Amino acid sequence: MTSILYDAPGPRAKRRNVLLTVVFLAAFAAVLLWVYRTLDERNQLDWDKWSPFFTDSRSWTTYILPGLENTLIAASLAMVIALPLGAFFGISRLSDHSWVRLPSSIVVEFFRAIPVLILMLFANELYTQFEGISSDNRPLYAVVTGLVLYNAAVLAEIVRAGILSLPKGQGEAAMAIGMRKGQIMRSVLLPQSVTAMLPAIVSQLVVIVKDTALGGALLTFSELLASVRPMSSFYGANTIASFTVVALIFVALNFALTTFASWLEKRLRRSKKSTGAVLGADDVDDINAAEVGGTFGTGAGGTI
Amino acid sequence: MFDFLEGYDLLGAFWVTVQLTVYSAIGSLIWGTLLAAMRVSPVPLMRGFGTAYVNVVRNIPLTVIIIFTSLGLYQTLSITLGAKDVTDINFRLAVLGLIAYTAAFVCEAVRSGINTVPVGQAEAARAIGLSFSQVLGLIVLPQAFRSVVGPLANVLIALTKNTTVAAAIGVAEAAYLMKEMIENEAELLLISAVFAFGFVCLTLPTGLILGWVSKKVAVKR
Repeated sequence: MTSILYDAPGPRAKRRNVLLTVVFLAAFAAVLLWVYRTLDERNQLDWDKWSPFFTDSRSWTTYILPGLENTLIAASLAMVIALPLGAFFGISRLSDHSWVRLPSSIVVEFFRAIPVLILMLFANELYTQFEGISSDNRPLYAVVTGLVLYNAAVLAEIVRAGILSLPKGQGEAAMAIGMRKGQIMRSVLLPQSVTAMLPAIVSQLVVIVKDTALGGALLTFSELLASVRPMSSFYGANTIASFTVVALIFVALNFALTTFASWLEKRLRRSKKSTGAVLGADDVDDINAAEVGGTFGTGAGGTI
Repeated sequence: MFDFLEGYDLLGAFWVTVQLTVYSAIGSLIWGTLLAAMRVSPVPLMRGFGTAYVNVVRNIPLTVIIIFTSLGLYQTLSITLGAKDVTDINFRLAVLGLIAYTAAFVCEAVRSGINTVPVGQAEAARAIGLSFSQVLGLIVLPQAFRSVVGPLANVLIALTKNTTVAAAIGVAEAAYLMKEMIENEAELLLISAVFAFGFVCLTLPTGLILGWVSKKVAVKR
């Protein structure tokens, strides 16, 4: 598509492109130089600030790996709990009975419309009032609760869109051979839509992993981001180095998940066994509740 | 019933949230459109830069970016963005972080909008001899933006919710005030309900109005 926007470059266009490349490169180099100078001035490029990550295994075993472990625990717990909840609400929103459809629509739209952080803060404060939860576990529980409430609502929309993305004939054929509504959902629609939803669900996992960092910043949950402060104070204020390493780990983890999701999407689109209905990462964004017969038209920006 | 609100500047906190949202929205719209233009430009280096930027930035948690602006940029490198007192500095740093992060999503939305413009439009523009910047600026982007109002509205709503992350560096917006209030006051449920209601009030009309606008301006094909 992109090459549609311009012709194959002739001699003048080639000259202009080279000129643009040089100008862009010069601007980019200037920015890099400025970054280098500022870092160098503050001694952030000294080798002893970066060496702990290469020479000292304790930087990994004491700070980074336990943090990463907590991040992954919180993310996977949230996903595992939110998925069935999301499926429940997503299917109830498709119910024929308005007394089932309406309350679940309200719940889903409500939790999609408010920030995860608000939910996490609420859960954290709520758990301080319970005697049974030790203060060690509280941040984890609060983070997972916040993530579950928010992502169950987003996953509900994914499940609903996945079921709606199936060809109408599937449900109609099942109805024609005399299946009941529950049977149609259980044995015809849901199994097929699960494959269609898979890429969108994996992409949602990226959002969950990213949101666990909120717990580290505001709820004293010792995940990957929270390991930056103790680490940089232990190794002599190597803030920039610590942030770079932590950010790179997040990028690597999420990039792997994103790549897996788009690989899955491509593979499912190609395969001949399915109905050909696939819900990609971007599709979920575009779901407007009003268009698919929901009650509200919010479309509350699920995938950022 | 609502006497726990006394002594707290609830409207002021939400006003800061709105300000964060508006400034970041304008900034990320400009920067994101530039990135999208880079990603479809004829210069390979710019395309590479745009792709790399989007892929790196949208995989980093916003929290990491926001905390980095404070711990890394301000406290380590003494970058203040021209502000004098700490409140201003934190606010501007938060806006900077939000712009850097949200622009990646704006770029993707605009790029998907460019892809909805029929090939014939760009081909016709090229046939009458328009250059790349003319094709993009006069023909493709005006049509792309009309089809992209819906996805951009989603980004704007997500941005509104994401401004709460600025509480991590002490910007006194809604989530920051909520944290303070639930620690000091007893009415946890009521306070949370008030703040949840505040955010619903911000996001619901945005979604409804922009949803209506997106239907109104969409190019009928």
